[in-house]
Amino acid sequence: MSQLPATLFDKVWDSHVVRKIDDGPDVFFIDRHFIHEVTSPVAFLGLEGRGLKVMFPEKTFATADHNTPTINQHLPVQDPLSANQLKALEVNSAKYGISHWGLGNPKNGIVHVVGPENGITLPGMTIVCGDSHTSTHGAFGAIAFGIGTSEVEMVLSSQCIMQPKPKKMRIKVNGQLGKGISPKDVILYIIAKLTAAGATGYFVEYAGEVFEQMSMEGRMTVCNMSIEMGARGGMIAPDETTFAYIKGREKAPKGEAWDKALAYWKTLKTDEGAAFDLEYEYNAADIEPMITYGTNPGMGIGITHHIPVSQEAGAGKASYEKSLNYMGFHEDEGMLGKKVDYVFIGSCTNGRIEDFRAFASIVKGRKKADHVTAWIVPGSHIVEQQIKEEGILDILTAAGFQLRQPGCSACLAMNDDKIPAGKYAVSTSNRNFEGRQGPGARTLLASPLVAAAAAVTGVVTDPRVLLAD
Amino acid sequence: MAYDKFTILKSSAVPMPIENVDTDQIIPARFLKATERKGFGDNLFRDWRYNTDDTPKRDFVLNNPIYTGKILVGGKNFGSGSSREHAAWAIYDYGFRCVVSSFFADIFKNNSLNIGLLPVQITPEFLDKIFTAIEADPKTELEVNLQDQIITILATGEKASFDINGYKKHNMMNGFDDIDYLQAMKGDIQTFAAKSIY
Ligand code: SF4
Repeated sequence: MSQLPATLFDKVWDSHVVRKIDDGPDVFFIDRHFIHEVTSPVAFLGLEGRGLKVMFPEKTFATADHNTPTINQHLPVQDPLSANQLKALEVNSAKYGISHWGLGNPKNGIVHVVGPENGITLPGMTIVCGDSHTSTHGAFGAIAFGIGTSEVEMVLSSQCIMQPKPKKMRIKVNGQLGKGISPKDVILYIIAKLTAAGATGYFVEYAGEVFEQMSMEGRMTVCNMSIEMGARGGMIAPDETTFAYIKGREKAPKGEAWDKALAYWKTLKTDEGAAFDLEYEYNAADIEPMITYGTNPGMGIGITHHIPVSQEAGAGKASYEKSLNYMGFHEDEGMLGKKVDYVFIGSCTNGRIEDFRAFASIVKGRKKADHVTAWIVPGSHIVEQQIKEEGILDILTAAGFQLRQPGCSACLAMNDDKIPAGKYAVSTSNRNFEGRQGPGARTLLASPLVAAAAAVTGVVTDPRVLLAD
Repeated sequence: MAYDKFTILKSSAVPMPIENVDTDQIIPARFLKATERKGFGDNLFRDWRYNTDDTPKRDFVLNNPIYTGKILVGGKNFGSGSSREHAAWAIYDYGFRCVVSSFFADIFKNNSLNIGLLPVQITPEFLDKIFTAIEADPKTELEVNLQDQIITILATGEKASFDINGYKKHNMMNGFDDIDYLQAMKGDIQTFAAKSIY
């Protein structure tokens, strides 16, 4: 079997199968497991109920993020239910010997931001977490995907889950991206092409010049949103950019272990002639700054375009109309110039330092639009530190913005950061579902550059007109 | 977590002909704060079901007493969005044992199978037939036979088959779960782990 050309995905998957079950899933070994306060408590209860232990506590890492406030983190958490979940994470981690970066810990932050930045995420690994955007870690050439709470319990108790092997899809984007076009636009473009369910049942490999030239942070943004087209996950072959990013990070291998790992990582690429079940190819030159107009991430268009007229009939058309109604939009309307009430920059999609640099590049020398409320939320304390050290905070402050403390925040609005009903928010997060950012909230997903352009003009604006040459 | 064994389910059904029903609609994130698996059924489809003052929305199907039963029939791409198992719990806890659609999101399907909620995927044409039958008579019963992998509209006798892998089927029919299976192969897992470079 080693003679046959294999894909990157095959190589990583096949090397983690402990047992194949006839007419059933594979017993699949997990190298790294991340847990957070929302999807883990019931799994720990399950362990206790069955009298089981955590098999490999050193392979699981806990961080608090979904529920945490983004101001006054030094004070006790106000919401008793949130406080309860945070406490449960702390107590369970201590009880089973799991490393825990709770609120106030200098390493705390969104799970998919802290994993990579501390060198926990490595090429060739299998990584799971009870959170669908675990696909983020695929940027390193890992197989990473979200799991449910029953599966969290499986990983804790046996370091394995039961998984049927998904089908394989490759998406190539070749050519050069234009000025002001960011990784977020690339993935929103792909999802708009494939639709919100277009990759269901598949694991995606992103390939081609655009991804080869992309930074690690950009690759994370892309892989992060793989789930938004239904894919189980997405991955990119590790290369020199990957190795340079990892080297020297706290938990990355060192010395001899590094050399050994590196030699292995260099074999992690799709062989010439390896077969995919489905392939797509796009041209970078066709990609514009993107924005969504509807209530699923597949409803995105180039920012200068008009909202499409529904081509469907029956249930499809009814769903489309329901969606536009919710958004307060009409078919064939343009997006440019629409009033924006809120701007959110953050989340595991766009809460890394490059995202804040991009945001600042437009904000610099301008002022926040008076009627806009902006929530600027770093993905982790380390990112927060970088924002301060690089002088980005000064730019933001001069423009009338405030920096909040790290966490998931308005991405899923489990804490107090909720967009009020009926208000429009340009958001760098990943989901524009009804009510995702608060009951009745209307979300326009976009890149940090588009978010910045909206924050300073108060309306949907093409960031390219504001960028210095 | 033990669940009811699933063999044959005969029940009327609740129709929800909406596409892309996502997990944020099934159970909004603000209801995920529990540390126990209890009471999620109360908040199933919360924002479609209730106004902000907690009064029921008249036009939502779960508030219409004509429609009852243990089977939920949804539109294409049911369960897209997050990995929260709470979505499947909420549906199960409300009293459903089976969800029928022409297409399911992957993680939702997995989660459902793990907790004893049977996802039945059929063709768009058969889905339309079910919606039509329920529209004609809200008391229309469906029969879901897991052993034979057949769903039948009892009023018309129309049938369709559905897929499920043999392992999951065996589990569902016996109320077993994956943790039981994995515990029994811990030795193999130890051996495997010892070779890992991570
Ligand atoms: S930022 Fe949003 S998508 Fe990312 S882990 Fe948090 S809630 Fe999930």
